[in-house]
Amino acid sequence: MALNTEYAGRVFGPGEPYEVSRVKIAEFADAIGEPSGLCRDPEAARQAGYPDVIAPPTFAIVISMASTAKVQADPGLGLDYSMVVHGEQSFSYARPLHAGDVVVATTTVDSIRAVGSMTMMVTSTDISTTSGEHVCTARSTIVERGQ
Amino acid sequence: MAVTYADVEPGTELPPRTYRVTRLDLVKYAGASGDFNVIHWNERLARAVGLPGVIAHGMYTMAQAGRFVTEWAGDPGAVTEFGVRFSAMVPVPDDDQGAAIEVSGTVAEKLGDNKVAVDLTARAGGTKVLTRARAVVRLP
Repeated sequence: MALNTEYAGRVFGPGEPYEVSRVKIAEFADAIGEPSGLCRDPEAARQAGYPDVIAPPTFAIVISMASTAKVQADPGLGLDYSMVVHGEQSFSYARPLHAGDVVVATTTVDSIRAVGSMTMMVTSTDISTTSGEHVCTARSTIVERGQ
Repeated sequence: MAVTYADVEPGTELPPRTYRVTRLDLVKYAGASGDFNVIHWNERLARAVGLPGVIAHGMYTMAQAGRFVTEWAGDPGAVTEFGVRFSAMVPVPDDDQGAAIEVSGTVAEKLGDNKVAVDLTARAGGTKVLTRARAVVRLP
């Protein structure tokens, strides 16, 4: 078993505030092929009832992955990132992220367990605004393949 | 026009779509997402760790399933829950065609409060690449 199971239950963060920008939302929407004007046109977004352009549902990975990366890079965990594949992912949204949101992410290691030659690690990342409004929970399972 | 809550019933199918993914798409996604794992852009290093070659980010495939749902709903902000299991890799060959990701979906349940659960399937090369994929979407 490659990973240090003592990391289960540990909490990392909150990290530095992340400011959600129009440019980053548009870049992400372009990269995934999301065509909606609500990701690009602030006026269209306002007419649809949003404060500013909104992020596609998987955009939160940009923020949650930066937070889980700190866990994964911790030398004490013993993870070989080149052997990592993504096992499962979920997002639960209180509301969409929008441009102008300033959020912080806190990652909890839910579990680490061996499955045959592989090791699975489950993390939950809470994304909330700097004023304490919960926006999204991102749950991730990564699998370190055996050598 | 976007679909409404009154339009759908359990069993309503979303029109299936096929999305192509090329190496360029993976490079763009790496930059946009910040996921620079070498297995998504470097053939030599992907093979060195035992993979058949460069594979798509799981999150790229999930994003295609997400786009499939948000296009149907007409609003990228309509998704309140979204979860998938990555059941197989999507190898992306180094050519102009890349790989095809075929996405389909069916309304599984009406949950009230204008929310519906949609069960999703994504296949590449005849293999299911997402399983247990479900989105909860709020419809007008």
